[in-house]
Amino acid sequence: MSMLVREQSNVLQVRDLHVQVNSKNGAATLVQDINFELKRGKVLGLVGESGCGKTITSMSILQLLDQKTTKIGGSIELLGHELNGLSEKEMRKIRGKDIAFIMQNPMNAFTPVFTIGHQFIETIRSHTKWNKKQATELAIEALCQVNLPNPDKLLKYYPFQLSGGMLQRVMIAIAACLHPAVIIADEPTTALDVNNQKKVLYHLDKIRSEHGSAILLISHDLGVIAEMADEVAVMQNGRIVEKADVFQLFDKPQHEYTKKLLNARSVLPLDESFIHLA
Amino acid sequence: MSLLQVNEVTHSYGSRKFFNWKDRSKKILSNISLSIDEGTCLGLLGTSGAGKSTLGKVILGLERPQNGQVLFQGHDIYSSDKHIRQKIRRDLQAVFQDSYSSVNPRMTAERIIAEPLENYEKLTLAEQKRTVIELLERVGLSEEDLKKHPHQFSGGQLQRINIARAISLKPKLIVLDEAVSSLDMVNQTLILELLKELKADFGLSFLFITHDINAAYTISDRLGVLDKGELAELYDEKNQFFTSKHPVVNEMRDSILAGHPRFRSVRRA
Repeated sequence: MSMLVREQSNVLQVRDLHVQVNSKNGAATLVQDINFELKRGKVLGLVGESGCGKTITSMSILQLLDQKTTKIGGSIELLGHELNGLSEKEMRKIRGKDIAFIMQNPMNAFTPVFTIGHQFIETIRSHTKWNKKQATELAIEALCQVNLPNPDKLLKYYPFQLSGGMLQRVMIAIAACLHPAVIIADEPTTALDVNNQKKVLYHLDKIRSEHGSAILLISHDLGVIAEMADEVAVMQNGRIVEKADVFQLFDKPQHEYTKKLLNARSVLPLDESFIHLA
Repeated sequence: MSLLQVNEVTHSYGSRKFFNWKDRSKKILSNISLSIDEGTCLGLLGTSGAGKSTLGKVILGLERPQNGQVLFQGHDIYSSDKHIRQKIRRDLQAVFQDSYSSVNPRMTAERIIAEPLENYEKLTLAEQKRTVIELLERVGLSEEDLKKHPHQFSGGQLQRINIARAISLKPKLIVLDEAVSSLDMVNQTLILELLKELKADFGLSFLFITHDINAAYTISDRLGVLDKGELAELYDEKNQFFTSKHPVVNEMRDSILAGHPRFRSVRRA
């Protein structure tokens, strides 16, 4: 698979994605006509307000939606392999290895009853043939990469002993250590305070530049998108209403809704002069 | 005289260890003094764990500080006189970050907003309903929402209901603890606009606790920075935040995202 990564620039291709949920009152459409591709080493930002279908899109890529109640239409191709309709067993081999997922709330993403090390090594070993010692070494190396101090000690801690920012960096380390082709980061910094926000983004970008992973960055914060993205897709009511290069989107937004989102940012008066100072 | 005066408040939580449970060595707040004037908003910034929320609790009367006092309109809010405490409780309201857990999921919006009215005002049912409708409309919701339950609202709408409940008794001071932090950008802006309007209309005062510099700057008149339980800086003019040389403030300023791809600093080639 790694050979293919180098040959193809389109790592993930989503075509005509359509998600329906069946309820008592009939079927309701959650997202429709979603088309985008992720390129190697590039970041696609997905923005929109809460409830517009950002998370549903990412969950359908990972096939994490309940198959009994939801219907996913369209095609999701990872390096030429169709993911939509794959069996749960086959999907489990892909999740974590080829597609890594970074969740919004690091406190809830880990199991509270196992140590960080246990969960880290379990993830590595379920996708490789390495023994425990090799996996531990890889885990320590990955934790060093995200600037966490004393990684060997850290592996023995339980999730509640770490702060949200540290846990989010652990999550990035787990996501990165198997060099996935795609990383889906769903609001990776929303639950963190500003000081940690930049650090987490920095490490995410480091992985991108070192391993060439493609990143789908989901956020409602245009500040985060401005820092990271190459291209931005704006979602509203389950559809992509505008897709453009990040500079073009910020300088010349076309769609009314994009303009509304851009105006919603509260602007610090010293913004530009202040940035020049820094 | 200031509306709220916090004098040299010090607080710490006990150690959880069994044998030294009386050990109160972990200082959460040390020697905090500040005041809020009527009709103004003080923004309180700080990283997680700085003691922002503890200070909020102390001011709300939920956590008695070990040292120091909190004066509301000149009365000690931890006073032993029940009538004073009741009067203060009416004029001092709160809105928290998690809008869902701030309301009873079994109540309708009408009952949620009417609850403080039932406790303090002697209104007939018709009057009460009219007041609730007025409040709903004031925060940008409508009469149709009266009979809805919390799960039928979005986070932003529910935060509006929390605000409606907080203003129902026309209080003097509202403590907003990360009140907009869990909302998306569009809703954040709308709620901040609403709060500004309310402040102008009713002469309300706010204590706005947050880690979001943008939000704090937008709404506040004065800014304070809390660091490791100490009030590191307190500015009477909020723009001073941008010229301060304090290391903690420096670090905070460095972490502000530029907001435009041309000025970005995280992304490398």
